[in-house]
Amino acid sequence: MGINPSDDSPNVGKLGRGQGSDFWVKVILIGVSLLYLGLVLFFPVANVVYAAFENGVQPFFAALTISDFISAVQLTILIAGIVLPINTVFGLCAAWVIARNQFWGRTLLISIIDLPFSISPVVVGLLIILLYGKNGWLGGFLEQINFKIVFGIPSIVIATAIVTMPFVAREVIPVLEEVGNSEEEAARILGASDWQIFWRITIPNIRWGLLYGLLLTNARAMGEFGAVSVVSGNLAGLTQTLPLYVEEAYKNYQSQEAFAASLVLGLLALVTIVLKEILERRTGRKA
Amino acid sequence: MSTIKATTRKVDKTPYKKAKFKIPYAGIVTWVYLIVVLLIPIAALFVKASSNSPAEIWRIATTDIAISAYEVTFVTALWAGGISGIFGTLLAWVLVRYDFFGKRIVDAAIDLPFALPTAVAGITLATVYSPTGWIGSIFEPLGIKIAFSRLGVFIAMLFISLPFVVRTLQPVLQEMEKEIEEVAWCLGANKWQTFYRVLFPPLIPAILTGVVLGFSRAVGEFGSVVIIASNIPFEDLIAPVLIFQKLEEYDYVGATIIGMVMLLISLVLILIINFLQRWGQKYGH
Repeated sequence: MGINPSDDSPNVGKLGRGQGSDFWVKVILIGVSLLYLGLVLFFPVANVVYAAFENGVQPFFAALTISDFISAVQLTILIAGIVLPINTVFGLCAAWVIARNQFWGRTLLISIIDLPFSISPVVVGLLIILLYGKNGWLGGFLEQINFKIVFGIPSIVIATAIVTMPFVAREVIPVLEEVGNSEEEAARILGASDWQIFWRITIPNIRWGLLYGLLLTNARAMGEFGAVSVVSGNLAGLTQTLPLYVEEAYKNYQSQEAFAASLVLGLLALVTIVLKEILERRTGRKA
Repeated sequence: MSTIKATTRKVDKTPYKKAKFKIPYAGIVTWVYLIVVLLIPIAALFVKASSNSPAEIWRIATTDIAISAYEVTFVTALWAGGISGIFGTLLAWVLVRYDFFGKRIVDAAIDLPFALPTAVAGITLATVYSPTGWIGSIFEPLGIKIAFSRLGVFIAMLFISLPFVVRTLQPVLQEMEKEIEEVAWCLGANKWQTFYRVLFPPLIPAILTGVVLGFSRAVGEFGSVVIIASNIPFEDLIAPVLIFQKLEEYDYVGATIIGMVMLLISLVLILIINFLQRWGQKYGH
């Protein structure tokens, strides 16, 4: 570890106990932090890679060709593909309403949008079953029109939409507040229509925040387990998303299959974090 | 990932106010979506639960299994939140104040628990902390069983709540002026006094916000806990898993009532978080 005592402020030497103790405090604090991270984060994450390749490269790739795995990947991408546009439209509308307007109940609206982060995913699943399930409010009606929501793909979409609801709004609101509305007003005076202003001024202004929100929405949509496992029915090849596949394979002692799929999901997480770093540097959110 | 801050926007009274740009139907889209997708289902839960008599609700909400599940959930989450608070503060300090090799990677990795699906976290934690795993095998000879026990629930909650304190504290630490410390030193405070009396107090709202955010996430956590725990009642069964089990047994009434208890607790936690954030903003200005 490249710790250099001379990095400290120049007059540290004059402070009595001086350089030596400062240096050791630093070494100990960094050491304890890294030990903690190692136990909680680094070893478990490294284990995903290790366990995926424990039996060699061949079994890893063989695990990626299993038909249940492939259909789980397809379903996961389909769900994210449906939820992402819906929550982007909602997130943009909500962010605009909150950042550009003062009205009674604004704080309440913010809290409501934040709700899905505080509710347990299992409770989210429960809500869906109580509303759309067989004995639910809409259950009878849905049965009449022969449209099955619970234990089918529609319920997975709804569950995922709820748990990923806040991300876009949450990331776009601060950006909208920061850029202010002077450019939009200038465009309006110059005769631009609402849609022209939206596409040419607002969207370019908020693009990085929006992209970050989409990134988080996507990561959560592809990784959601709790809410989806309550409502999906978990039928392999039909209503089993990738995280559900991971859990079932693990429970059935198919460690190789479980960790191969985990590595795929882990790579998704890695891509998310790398893109997030790039976005943060671009927007200068991090010094 | 801090929660949305309810900053009051400057009210602009420019003469161009009438020229204000509008996204058509934004308000309607926002409210309709929220009501249909979120608020009606929540209302359905409360209505469903209240179709039972109050005595019945109380009886189901306070059965022995339910009480022990709340106890396991909240006490373990409190421990996880607290320990995350201590190490999160340390991590934020180390990442803001010190330079060391690999710091950027460590900093980026703090977000992994947000990005890594909980099912993946669950199976890898269960493997690493099992009696034959990398870390579990160190504790095994000492007679400490981590995976498939309450300690495993704690580890999963620790993992899930790791980023909250670090991410809420980092910006506050970054903004803090170094001069304050130097003044304290010049006035004769030693290092410990400088930290305890000068640096620490303004950080308290941010640390508490992070702890409560981590705690509320840990309370609701399902995926990683259900995998690492043995899910035995009175031992390591948490409330969200109890709801899940009740649904599997088609005990919709039981699931609904315990779900309502958990929902009410999340609402209270949101109020606490809002209060803490406002407190922190007051401190900041």
